[in-house]
Amino acid sequence: MIEALHQRTLPILTVVAAIIVIWYAGTVFLNAPWERDQAERAGTELSLGQLITNTMAQERPVLPAPHQVAVEIWETTALKKVTSKRSLVYHAWITLSATLLGFAMGVVLGILLAVGIIHSRVMNLSVMPWVIASQTVPILAIAPMIIVVLYNIGVSGLIAKASISAYLSFFPVVVGMVKGLRSPDPMQLDLMRTYNASAWLVFWKLRWPSALPYLFTSLKIAIAIALVGAIIGELPTGAQGGFGARMLNGSYYGQVLIIWSALIGAAICAGLMVGLIGVIQKLVLSRMGLAR
Amino acid sequence: MTWLLVALVAWAGGWWLNATLVKQQSGLATFAIPVVFGVTILVIWHGLVTGLNVPAVILPTPVAIWSALTGNVPTLWADFVQTVLKSVLPGYVIGCGAAFLTALAIDRSPFLQRGLLPIGNLAAALPIVGIAPIMVMWFGFDWHSKAAVVVVMCFFPMLVNTMEGLRASEPMQRDLMRTYAASYWQTLFKLRLPASGPFIFNGLKICTTLALIGAIVAEFFGTPIVGMGFRISTEIGRMALDMVWAEIAVAALAGSLFYGAVAFIERAATFWHPSHRGS
Repeated sequence: MIEALHQRTLPILTVVAAIIVIWYAGTVFLNAPWERDQAERAGTELSLGQLITNTMAQERPVLPAPHQVAVEIWETTALKKVTSKRSLVYHAWITLSATLLGFAMGVVLGILLAVGIIHSRVMNLSVMPWVIASQTVPILAIAPMIIVVLYNIGVSGLIAKASISAYLSFFPVVVGMVKGLRSPDPMQLDLMRTYNASAWLVFWKLRWPSALPYLFTSLKIAIAIALVGAIIGELPTGAQGGFGARMLNGSYYGQVLIIWSALIGAAICAGLMVGLIGVIQKLVLSRMGLAR
Repeated sequence: MTWLLVALVAWAGGWWLNATLVKQQSGLATFAIPVVFGVTILVIWHGLVTGLNVPAVILPTPVAIWSALTGNVPTLWADFVQTVLKSVLPGYVIGCGAAFLTALAIDRSPFLQRGLLPIGNLAAALPIVGIAPIMVMWFGFDWHSKAAVVVVMCFFPMLVNTMEGLRASEPMQRDLMRTYAASYWQTLFKLRLPASGPFIFNGLKICTTLALIGAIVAEFFGTPIVGMGFRISTEIGRMALDMVWAEIAVAALAGSLFYGAVAFIERAATFWHPSHRGS
């Protein structure tokens, strides 16, 4: 236990502490010019201590101090009603619902494509290069257009954002599942043949279980990128809510704290969702006896 | 009606052609099949859009996109220069370079490595694009802010990949270097850096896509009147979707070329790796 603490927790804590120290130093350094300017205009002298405390309490700082962001997050999550438009939880829910819907769509599409690619040589040779090519292009650039096009057809809001998340998250799933479904070695496939197993049985009893570890790795990447997709989907149309709309509003009105709290909030959500998939992965794989 | 028929015929024909091509086990087939697939998609697209009278504000035809592409070459070129040459490339070089040097700097401290690796992995999963509005506030509207976003986006994936790569040499090989009485730097340059090649190029390839995305998205938050992201968002406002698609085609082409260039260098630099053998 102590050993594990020494091996893993301590280094991480050190790095986190270093980041916070650098952050505070940056706050003082970046906000100081404005304070000096103010003091000069008022004709007063600032002592060093005063300068430092002032830089951490600015209304519109260049870089807010960590505790300012923490206070802002606390005020907009715990102290506001969840249904209020000023609540970060409200915005988080709007983004997360699009993320999760898109993630589900992307995963289903990805798995279906991978199954098709595995079983059909035509699909393998014709679809796979385009799936890969589709990811060398900046997909997110298409996001605003998808939103506008879907809006013209009459689909807006949740589904439009979710389709962008789906578009982004299907790729890691396809690649991971194709690799996973092909991972059983020839010996095992031959064994299934000697059992006279049907294609369905081979898939269900052999290919699918051996693909699961690959699937979970892909899911972690997919959910993170699905969140990015949902946030980007909120940018171009001036969506009513969500992390992306929050960032855009913050940047229009120069409310730095709002941008930072939305950013940190999104980061926390991403961390939680990836962590959740990690926990499910551990449970499922240890039930299957595949955990390392 | 005729166009719908054309689409149907193209679909059947493309499918049949690919089905026959698959049976030939030649190198030509592996090249031809994706091309046939792509061309079929384009023909079906054109057929459906004209046949069903889909308005151009929803989906323009490939022909319309092509004419927008050829008719606006100077504009598209200016956007390309602003976004790719001025924002993406400097940001990519600085971001990947900084990450590589950081990985080398903390290479001798296992303590820092154990601390940075999980945090780098976490940061690589975070929606880093979100810093775009902050960077636009800090560095202004021109390309500097876009390059800054690209730097941050490239940093963590590259850092994690380089750190993984530096651990990729096998203990046996490191022992051999020890028996040669090789110094730390000799081991680094003769063994560990070459061995980390596949990992480093993996990071570089991931970063090509991220860099382009970062630059284009950052332009949504404020930009001078040139640039791919700017063009996309304004042309959408004008409902000129053929121009938007032309811009996307340019972005796709630029992204593929960028990726292809890095992949080409990878093939040349890590020719010894098993994944490049044969075929």
